[in-house]
Amino acid sequence: MALAQETKPKEVPEKKEKKRIAATGADAAAYAVRDVDVDVVAVYPITPQAPIAENIAQMIADGEIDAELIHVESEHSAMSAVVAAAATGARAFTATSSQGLELMHEVLYIASGLRQPVVMALATRALSAPINIWNDYADAMGMRDTGWIMIFSENVQEVYDNLIQAFRIAEHPDVLLPVVVTLDGYILSHTTEPLEPMSREEALSFAPKRPRGYRPVLDPDEPVTIGVLGAPNWYQEVKVQQALAMRESRRVIEETGKEFGRIFGREYGFIEPYMMDDAEVAIVTLGATSSLVKAAVNRLREQGVKAGMVKIRVFRPFPAEELAKALENVNAVGVLDRAVSFGGAVEGPLFMEVATSLALRGIVKPMVSFIHGLGGRDIFVKDVMEMYQKLLEAAKTGKSVTRTLFYGVKSRRGHVV
Amino acid sequence: MSSKEKLLGKKYPEALEDLPVAAIVPWPGSTLDVTTHAWRTFRPVINQDKCVRCRLCWVYCPDGAILEVDEEYTTSTGKKYKVTFKVDYDHCKGCGICANECPVKAIEMVPEMK
Repeated sequence: MALAQETKPKEVPEKKEKKRIAATGADAAAYAVRDVDVDVVAVYPITPQAPIAENIAQMIADGEIDAELIHVESEHSAMSAVVAAAATGARAFTATSSQGLELMHEVLYIASGLRQPVVMALATRALSAPINIWNDYADAMGMRDTGWIMIFSENVQEVYDNLIQAFRIAEHPDVLLPVVVTLDGYILSHTTEPLEPMSREEALSFAPKRPRGYRPVLDPDEPVTIGVLGAPNWYQEVKVQQALAMRESRRVIEETGKEFGRIFGREYGFIEPYMMDDAEVAIVTLGATSSLVKAAVNRLREQGVKAGMVKIRVFRPFPAEELAKALENVNAVGVLDRAVSFGGAVEGPLFMEVATSLALRGIVKPMVSFIHGLGGRDIFVKDVMEMYQKLLEAAKTGKSVTRTLFYGVKSRRGHVV
Repeated sequence: MSSKEKLLGKKYPEALEDLPVAAIVPWPGSTLDVTTHAWRTFRPVINQDKCVRCRLCWVYCPDGAILEVDEEYTTSTGKKYKVTFKVDYDHCKGCGICANECPVKAIEMVPEMK
């Protein structure tokens, strides 16, 4: 041992060993909340978010976080409590899923309308009826228009990284909007993956708590009224101001993602293109499903098919410009949704966003809307490869499929309906 | 200018750009600047001779439109009071609660003449 030490050259700095642990998405969310030193957590457990609530409650009980845990009687109260906590200047966090998010719905608008930088983790889950506790994006899609910044995570590491960034984005004085970070129910929330957490000092120096008084908060010495009546003479201006803040947040989200990459080596943008440099057909996806689509792309590349994929990381504000740029050279575009917009022009909610982004920029391509994986239905690589075949056909004929194709259905008409 | 000052806009905004963030009102007591008397069809008139200074009108007024003024008053029977109760006619909306609650019927609701 002594010999080894002597022969070691002195000028080489000691290699800083990165801590790598095994964690579920729920663990990762709780670690992120711990590492940014959150002040108030009001959380009501609901499957599959429950382990996040449990972990945080445990950490507070063990004295690992110096935070206040508010035991609320419902998600409506949980969201109300964190909005109020944020209004006093506290760093506030909550987490939910599915029906819980629906119960919060009324207060989601209040959080964004009052410009309170609340951060939430959403373990995505299907909505009733029928009762279903498994993953899809129905709940997340329901909060599209609530004025929240929405970030989707693909793996456990991204759950952690996105949440750390979420606090910094939400509390930025040019933004002051609530941020939700999703983790696919069970697929991420309950699956163990490698995670490289940062030290608490690093997390807090990246997302520092801003000094009290940088934004108007409830303070007995300097009274303010938060939540006034907005009559027709000013309501519209307040809402436009909120929409402009959402536009402004693009800059902050971009800067935050870049700086995160500079410091921690994992850079995040609005979208993540995969094999897009020479792709002829591409599928646009969200969340953990992207990993599966990447596997299909790899398989197709082995067969000589020039397939590509674009993952949307930031769903609100929607990265229309970046997406159009990524897709402008492909011959056909598919969108894989895991939620249904019943009766929509096309039933895939993500598809509508993608199609609008392209059409407004004069990019007209054959497009196909796919829906698969509702309520935790397994998607297989072979299904996604079939979707790419459909896209290759569309590229050849130059025609879009005008209605949404439901894949993986048990039907006498075949598994595509 | 601190970011908080930037977020608080102007006291009387004229355009979107002047608006405080989320329409937060950082000026306490701003309702004093807004008159609400135009809603009134009846105005309360206090008969200072009958008034016994019990303060119930002041307690019950939902708009804080009853004022306790440091003004001495001597009634026709020679009783002396150190304070006088008056109505803030800029903020009285004419609900009549004061007249209803007055135990000595010293407040009369008089129709507004336009």
